[in-house]
Amino acid sequence: MSSATSAPAESRAADRSAQARLPRLFAGIAAEGALTLAEHVAIHGPAPQLGGRGRRAKDRAGLLIDEVQRAGLLGRGGAAFPLATKMRAVATSRRRGIVLVNATEGEPASLKDRTLLEALPHLALDGGVLAAEAVGADEVIVCVCETAQEAAAGAEHAIAERARSGAARSPKLHLATVPSHYVAGQESALVNFLGGGPALPTFTPPLPFEQGLRRRPTLVNNAETLAHLALIARHGAAWFREIGTPAQAGSALVTLSGPVRHPGVYEIEHGSSLASLVHAAGGTTTHLRGALLGGYAGSWIGAQHLDSLVLSSEHLAPLGASLGAGVVLLLSDQACPVAETARVARWLSGQSARQCGPCEHGLDALAGTLEDIARGAAPTREVDRLAALVARRGACGHPDGAVNLILSALDAFAADFAEHARLGPCDSCSTRAELPLPHRPVNRNGSGRPGARA
Amino acid sequence: MSDRVRVNPIACEAHGMCAELLPERITLDPWGYPIVDGERLAGAQVEHAMRAARACPTFALLLDRDGNGPRARRPPQPARRSQ
Amino acid sequence: MSLLAAAGPSVYWYLTRATGAVALLLLTLALVLGVIDVERWSSPAWPRFVVDSLHRNVALFALAFLLAHILTAVLDSFASIPITDAVIPFVGSYRPLWLGLGAVAFDLILAVIITSLLRARIGFTAWRAVHWLVYASWPIALLHGFGTGSDATSSWLLALSGLCMALVLGAVIARAVRGWPANLGLRRAALGGTGAFSLFVLLWLPSGPLGAEWARRSGTPSSLLGHHRARTAVAGRTR
Repeated sequence: MSSATSAPAESRAADRSAQARLPRLFAGIAAEGALTLAEHVAIHGPAPQLGGRGRRAKDRAGLLIDEVQRAGLLGRGGAAFPLATKMRAVATSRRRGIVLVNATEGEPASLKDRTLLEALPHLALDGGVLAAEAVGADEVIVCVCETAQEAAAGAEHAIAERARSGAARSPKLHLATVPSHYVAGQESALVNFLGGGPALPTFTPPLPFEQGLRRRPTLVNNAETLAHLALIARHGAAWFREIGTPAQAGSALVTLSGPVRHPGVYEIEHGSSLASLVHAAGGTTTHLRGALLGGYAGSWIGAQHLDSLVLSSEHLAPLGASLGAGVVLLLSDQACPVAETARVARWLSGQSARQCGPCEHGLDALAGTLEDIARGAAPTREVDRLAALVARRGACGHPDGAVNLILSALDAFAADFAEHARLGPCDSCSTRAELPLPHRPVNRNGSGRPGARA
Repeated sequence: MSDRVRVNPIACEAHGMCAELLPERITLDPWGYPIVDGERLAGAQVEHAMRAARACPTFALLLDRDGNGPRARRPPQPARRSQ
Repeated sequence: MSLLAAAGPSVYWYLTRATGAVALLLLTLALVLGVIDVERWSSPAWPRFVVDSLHRNVALFALAFLLAHILTAVLDSFASIPITDAVIPFVGSYRPLWLGLGAVAFDLILAVIITSLLRARIGFTAWRAVHWLVYASWPIALLHGFGTGSDATSSWLLALSGLCMALVLGAVIARAVRGWPANLGLRRAALGGTGAFSLFVLLWLPSGPLGAEWARRSGTPSSLLGHHRARTAVAGRTR
């Protein structure tokens, strides 16, 4: 892949200056193991005191939410919802809130949240506790998926460290393990599971921050979002906005995978180039066919855009893409994008909660049509017809994400799709499978234990 | 006054009565599930919408009146947020 | 005694017999319509909402006839049946087992209808769990009819019962078979139970209600036995 010099001027400037202001979240990260509480405090300073009752405590809490709003912190779980809005809704509710630190990370190509809990658990825990104090919640539940054992161990250890340190802060802090299927990390699914039901989405409204776990307002946030909150509470909104772009301030964790020398989780500045990220990962090992941004609910970008691609919403939105949960999946030029899309579509269909007819039947039909197209047995316009029938007709965003992925593939790889529809499978169709699609059967069992499952 | 119908896709089991009773706003997809036009209901349609909501065996069809919650005597819900 | 015998059965006796038969027929129709409803059958002339409305209305109609059946049985001076026997089974003096089955069936049907009227308040899952009790209430009602009816031997009543039984058998088998093999255990149990019940009825009828001295064997109080014989014999003959 070509060097950073082909990226637009403003992102080259961002790349250079970011080297002075990064790392932020990843400051002091060790090659192995986790930072202890003492090490964490030594690097970032102690967490500000927000707890207590009374007028002054409420003022401090309100000030933090104002600071978060000025920082423009958006959710890092994929939806990019403004954190301050959610926090205010929970803070102003009459009932006492609950905070969920969502590190379930059901996206197969994402590793950032479990990395945070394995290596830097006190960042996410600080964020969770500060958020709880700011919104008046008395409980913080850290949610990890059952296959992320190291992350769970890291979080447990860190929670014990905090308890031992005698901080004796008011919100009760504990861990819960959650099934690993794709939709289990969705907000309402998480609330459903912790409340004793299955890890499947529920019908909204009311949204969790209005009425969630045990009918209390529940602030559900991605672990990385809360890690940023922990730093904003210490250094302020102006500091947060020193890097990044006007619409997407600050830094972000990105999981880079595919044909690069050192795939893994990197901290980048919003507005930096894909080229600089790939360079930091040691460069590519083959030529690229395209990139999938945002994960399996995200969008494909063709190879022609990659050299000049800038990772910020201002630049990605016109291409119909976004960073989403910080996933960048590179596809080599030996893979067949048609076959890969068909495989992902079939996987997404299998991950449907099967609670809503349009999702259950529609995603199955879409996957079948893509498989037919790969074999040369269906026209591509059939995909458009089905996509229109499926989008926005489920209770959660799962079918919309799948439709987004599929339509973006048809757009980015139009020539490949037309060719397959006419001529049938190519050589790469059956020989290469690059995208990770782990076997994760949808677990329909309830947790059975209202509250939380440790 | 703005009355609209919407469907709870989880509760819906494709019985299809809503499409028969409010064809102006509801059609069925190839799998029997309702495609709901969420635009405001014209005056006379509100009665039909109420009847359709009552007819649904699984309470999947919801009628929102004036931005309040469904009419089946549940407490009024907060204004809908775009998702 | 002879005066009473000469007077013949009271009008309430005819009414309770007739309303009971009609109630059985209507309950049968309601069950069949319920199966048609849940199987989502429809045609241009019979849209889904019509089938559904018909099911609900026939069920309410059946309840009306059921209430009339109970009321006239209580009012009939022949046997002493207090109103409590209608809901509390097996405590009465007149054919306690067979009348009691009627009370059980009535209790189940009441539960189904009340939960259906309050469907919006109790929610769908609870409503459906109770609704399945109809599959228990119907055979119990049928046995009640065979066991209690003082004219079980009459051919029109046998024919009506046979027709109702055939209709319910058809509906239950259709319901169990469509959608096979999902929930296989439940479907097998349903078919097995249905088969066992049908067999039981066929084997029991000849030696039971259609057999000799059924009135005495079924628990008619001895003080009424003579009157009973007078009723079923040629009218006007006295002891």
